[in-house]
Amino acid sequence: MRDADPSTNEREFLLAALKDGARIDGRKFYDFRTLRLTFGAEYGAVEVQLGNTRVLAKVSCEVIRPYTDKPTEGFLMFNTELSPMASAAFEVGRQTDEEVLVSRLIEKAMRRSRALDTEGLCIVAGEKVWSIRVDIHFLDHDGNLVDAACIAAITALLHFRRPDVTVVGEDVTIHTLEQRNPVPLSIHHIPICTTFAFFNNGERMIVDPSFLEEQVKEGDMTVTLNVHKEVCALSKAGGIPMEIDQILQCTKIAVVKVAEITAQIQAALEADAKKR
Amino acid sequence: MASITTEEESKLLIVLPGDQLPESGLMEDSSAAHRLTLGPGLAPMDDDSITAVKAGILKHNAVGNRWWVESNQRRYVAAQGESIIGVVTGKSVEHYKVDIGASQPALLGVLAFEGATKRNKPNHNIGDLLYCRVSMANKDMEAELECMNPTTGKADGFGELKGGFVIKISLGLARRLLDPKNLVLRLLGQHIPFEMAVGTNGKVWVNSANAQHTILICNAIRNSEYLNSAECSAMVKSLVEKM
Repeated sequence: MRDADPSTNEREFLLAALKDGARIDGRKFYDFRTLRLTFGAEYGAVEVQLGNTRVLAKVSCEVIRPYTDKPTEGFLMFNTELSPMASAAFEVGRQTDEEVLVSRLIEKAMRRSRALDTEGLCIVAGEKVWSIRVDIHFLDHDGNLVDAACIAAITALLHFRRPDVTVVGEDVTIHTLEQRNPVPLSIHHIPICTTFAFFNNGERMIVDPSFLEEQVKEGDMTVTLNVHKEVCALSKAGGIPMEIDQILQCTKIAVVKVAEITAQIQAALEADAKKR
Repeated sequence: MASITTEEESKLLIVLPGDQLPESGLMEDSSAAHRLTLGPGLAPMDDDSITAVKAGILKHNAVGNRWWVESNQRRYVAAQGESIIGVVTGKSVEHYKVDIGASQPALLGVLAFEGATKRNKPNHNIGDLLYCRVSMANKDMEAELECMNPTTGKADGFGELKGGFVIKISLGLARRLLDPKNLVLRLLGQHIPFEMAVGTNGKVWVNSANAQHTILICNAIRNSEYLNSAECSAMVKSLVEKM
C-alpha cells in the first residue's frame, strides 16, 4: 500500500502557514522536535524518539577473519530495516527508494567519515578481528528517519562495550562479561545528521521536517557534521537547485544543532553510566 | 492515569480479549432479560456466550440493555452510521474512491449527495476533503459512504470541507471530542472562535480566522489526550498566553 498523498487542504494550509512564519506543529523553522534517548538493559541498545519518529539501534559483535588485503581492519556493518511497523507504506522484502537512501546516508555518515576506529578492532593481524554490526529498526515513521537513525546508530556505538580479549602468543582468550569488564569501542568523533527541507522555491528552509512536511517539500538536503565543525557528508538527492550561500547557511545552522544534540547524547550516556 | 475515587473504581470494569462475560458475573443482572444489545468490542460465540474481543472498559446502558467495550486504537475499522472525514484519492464514472484511514479505501457514489441527479452532480477532485457518513460497512468489503442524511435526503452538514487543516488522532480521543461537554474544546472556545468537524476515524478538521490559531487548536487537541481536567486547563492557558 502506498502512502496516501495529503489532502489539498493540508498542503495549502502548510504552505500558507510557512509563508506566515509558522510550522504546523508550532515549532520554529530551525527547531528539532523533542529528542528522547532510552537505553536498553544490555550495552549497545538505544531507542531514539524524535517527536513521534522512533528508531531502535542494537549493536552486536563477533570475531571473524579479516580480508587478506586488509589484515588489521575490523568490520563495521549497518543493517537498516524499514518494516511495516513504521508505516503501512513499507513492505517486507521490497526496498523502497527511501530505504536505499536512508541506509546509504548512514553508511556515508558513519563508516566513510571514519567515526569508528576499525584498526582498533584487530585482535590478531590476518587471523582475527572484531566485526561490529549495527541493526537499525524503524518503529514509527513521522518524518526525518535519517537524523533519528543517525543519532540512534552513533549513540548505540558509544554505549556499546565489547568483551575484553587477551592474546598470549597464538592463544586468544575472549573474556565473558562476568569475568572482566567489557571495553568501549574507540570512537574518533560523533557525526550528527541535520536534515533541511525546502519550500517556496527554496526561499523557506526548515530543520527536521515531519512526515507531512516531507510529503509537501520541494527538496531536501542532509548535512552531516561533528562537533569540531568538520563536514562528514552532504547529501542532496534531487529536488530544487540551490545557491552556494544557502548551503553555507545550512551548515552554519547545522553546527549549532550538532552541538546541542552531541551535548544531549553525552549527558544521556553519562546519566546511564552512573546507573549501571 | 488520573486518580480514581473508590466509587468510580467499583464501576470500572476492565475486560481483555477472550474474557467470557456472563461467566465472570459481570452481566449477571442482564442475563435474565430477554433482549441484549451488543456494541463494539463484544461478540456472541457459537455456544451463546458473550466474549470480549477488545481490551477496554465494559460499559452498560440500562435503556435497551446495551453493553459495549470502550477501547482505544489508532487504525479505523468502518462501522455503519459513523461520521468520518476522508480524502478523495480516485474518481470513476460511478464512484469516488475515498481514503478513510481504514485497511481499504471506501467508495462514495457520485449521486450520494444532496439533490444530486445524473445531470447535475457535485464535482470533487483528487485531494478534496469530505465529511461523510458510512452507509454500509461489511467485513472484508470496501465500506460505502454517502454525503447526506438517508432519511431526509438533506446534506445535514456533510460534504466538502474547504480550507482549514486536518490532524490524525487516536479513535478514543476522537470519540471523546464528540462529547458536548468536552473540556479542551470548551476552554479553547472561550479564547478563539473556530469551527471543526470530528470524524470517528480519528481525523479532525479545524478552521479558524488565521493559521496560528488553527495550529494552536490542533496542538491543544493532540496534547489533551492523556491530561486530566486541571492539567488540561493549565495547558490551554499556557498555549493561549504564548500566542
